[in-house]
Amino acid sequence: MKLITIAGPPSSGKTAVTIKAIAALQREGVHVGVVKFDSLSTQDQTVYEKQGVAVMSGLSGNLCPDHFFVSNVSDCLSWGAEKGFDLLVIESAGLCNRCAPHIQGVLAVCVIDNLSGVDTPKKIGPMLKMSDVVVITKGDIVSQAEREVFSYRVRQVNANATIINVNGLTGQGGHELGKLLLNAPETPDLEGRLLRFSMPAALCSYCLGQRKIGSDFQMGNVKKMDFK
Amino acid sequence: MPTDTENRELISLPTAELLRLAPFAGDFFSSIGLELPAEEISTADYFASLDAELLEDLGLERQTLAERFTAFMELLENLKSGIDSAHIESITIRGGHDKSGRAEEFDLTVKPGEVICIVGPTGSGKSRFLADIEWMAQGDTPTGRNILINGAAPDPSQRFSIEHKLVAQLSQNMNFVMDLTVEEFITMHAESRMVDDISSVTAAIIKLANDLAGEKFTPQTPVTALSGGQSRALMIADTSCLSTSPIVLIDEIENAGIDRKRAVHTLVDKRKIVLMATHDPILALMGDRRLVFKNGGIATIIDTSQEERANLVRFEEMDAMLGAVRNALRNGELIGKLG
Repeated sequence: MKLITIAGPPSSGKTAVTIKAIAALQREGVHVGVVKFDSLSTQDQTVYEKQGVAVMSGLSGNLCPDHFFVSNVSDCLSWGAEKGFDLLVIESAGLCNRCAPHIQGVLAVCVIDNLSGVDTPKKIGPMLKMSDVVVITKGDIVSQAEREVFSYRVRQVNANATIINVNGLTGQGGHELGKLLLNAPETPDLEGRLLRFSMPAALCSYCLGQRKIGSDFQMGNVKKMDFK
Repeated sequence: MPTDTENRELISLPTAELLRLAPFAGDFFSSIGLELPAEEISTADYFASLDAELLEDLGLERQTLAERFTAFMELLENLKSGIDSAHIESITIRGGHDKSGRAEEFDLTVKPGEVICIVGPTGSGKSRFLADIEWMAQGDTPTGRNILINGAAPDPSQRFSIEHKLVAQLSQNMNFVMDLTVEEFITMHAESRMVDDISSVTAAIIKLANDLAGEKFTPQTPVTALSGGQSRALMIADTSCLSTSPIVLIDEIENAGIDRKRAVHTLVDKRKIVLMATHDPILALMGDRRLVFKNGGIATIIDTSQEERANLVRFEEMDAMLGAVRNALRNGELIGKLG
């Protein structure tokens, strides 16, 4: 089975473009499954089901969604193998822009949208900088000049990725994205594989449920801003 | 701009020297959140000296920095040379089939300076046609079409290179989402194209846009304050001067409130291949050919005949007449009995 991780900022169009790509693959007889990671709630389960895609949702609740993702990714793969998919897409939200669910040797896709502004590519960390495919969405509502500047800025921070424009509404580019997804390598097993980049450190008192503000209540991995 | 092999040596140059050779190299550091190294320090030494904690915070790995730097310098070089070398003499669309599998029996070759109109109802396959060109289809899309560049199949690497993007799209529902003045906006675009004389290119574009737009605007006008017509005029001027894409697609230009004939001529003068999705009589007759879409395929290709074009004079008279009435309405005048 081929495995793909798709990540991107909230509302960048991850689900919409994934569905367009899957629809194109389904027409060619590829059996695709999806695992959707989210933090609080997700309506995307029904969106995928409507498309006739087998989907599993994972809600991280009060845990860091990306840490939750890593702890469950092997089980996702086993589920996919059991279901007999040709291709399994794991969609996760990159909520703090510093996280990346991308795994070495697994096709990594990052979805970002033109509307987020031309400075956004600089602000997104390994999720964008270490991805193999960058999908740029919402191109139909910005000017040609902004589209060109935006893709140039993406190229600046990730010169090696394949950049593709996909319209999540009309599906233009979805067929092409599907072709790129099919190029993913086979992933029989994830045990011992490495994340492409470490996830942000945690483990301070606030991770453990502390709510009071003040230095007396801060323990563990605490970092202070420099106001000098 | 340095060549490929020199990129590997650039990393050992003191920063002052690096920036002298490649002024845009400074963008590399800011784009990944690093400060510009001190003048006398080489990029390689700078990478070695960076604090591990800083790199961790930025989401960067020290061992990949040199590789990123080289890739960035190669990108600059490709963009720079792309402007001179991406010479397109012709684009050929080799027919595939429509939704029912009926073969499209044509090879359509278009050349810079030609105007092609696209006609047909919604859902007849116009968008798919553009997607085929944009993706440089090689029989691997639902229509089975093939796209040839200068008579030959393109190199697969061109498909995703932003330097070789074939189609610039000027659609009717575009917005500016940036809060910049017209001058800042065009300057930013020119910088990303690594144009040599940014200020004169910017001035030329703004002047051209003002010639096309009915109402004038200044370099200091915020782009978000431009009217629909002014925005379209600015984007047509900008695309004709700054975009490397050989094909420009414009749709619904008839509703844009600009001098539409001049807009098309501007693009033709800049040796663009103009694709127009239009059912406007004047624009359609300006085209050299019309592609008629039906059921997901191109049903016919009509060359604009002399006879058809002879009507252009009449249509322009009618258009001028309607235009005069429109102006009269705008000025609060009464409309007299038509002669």
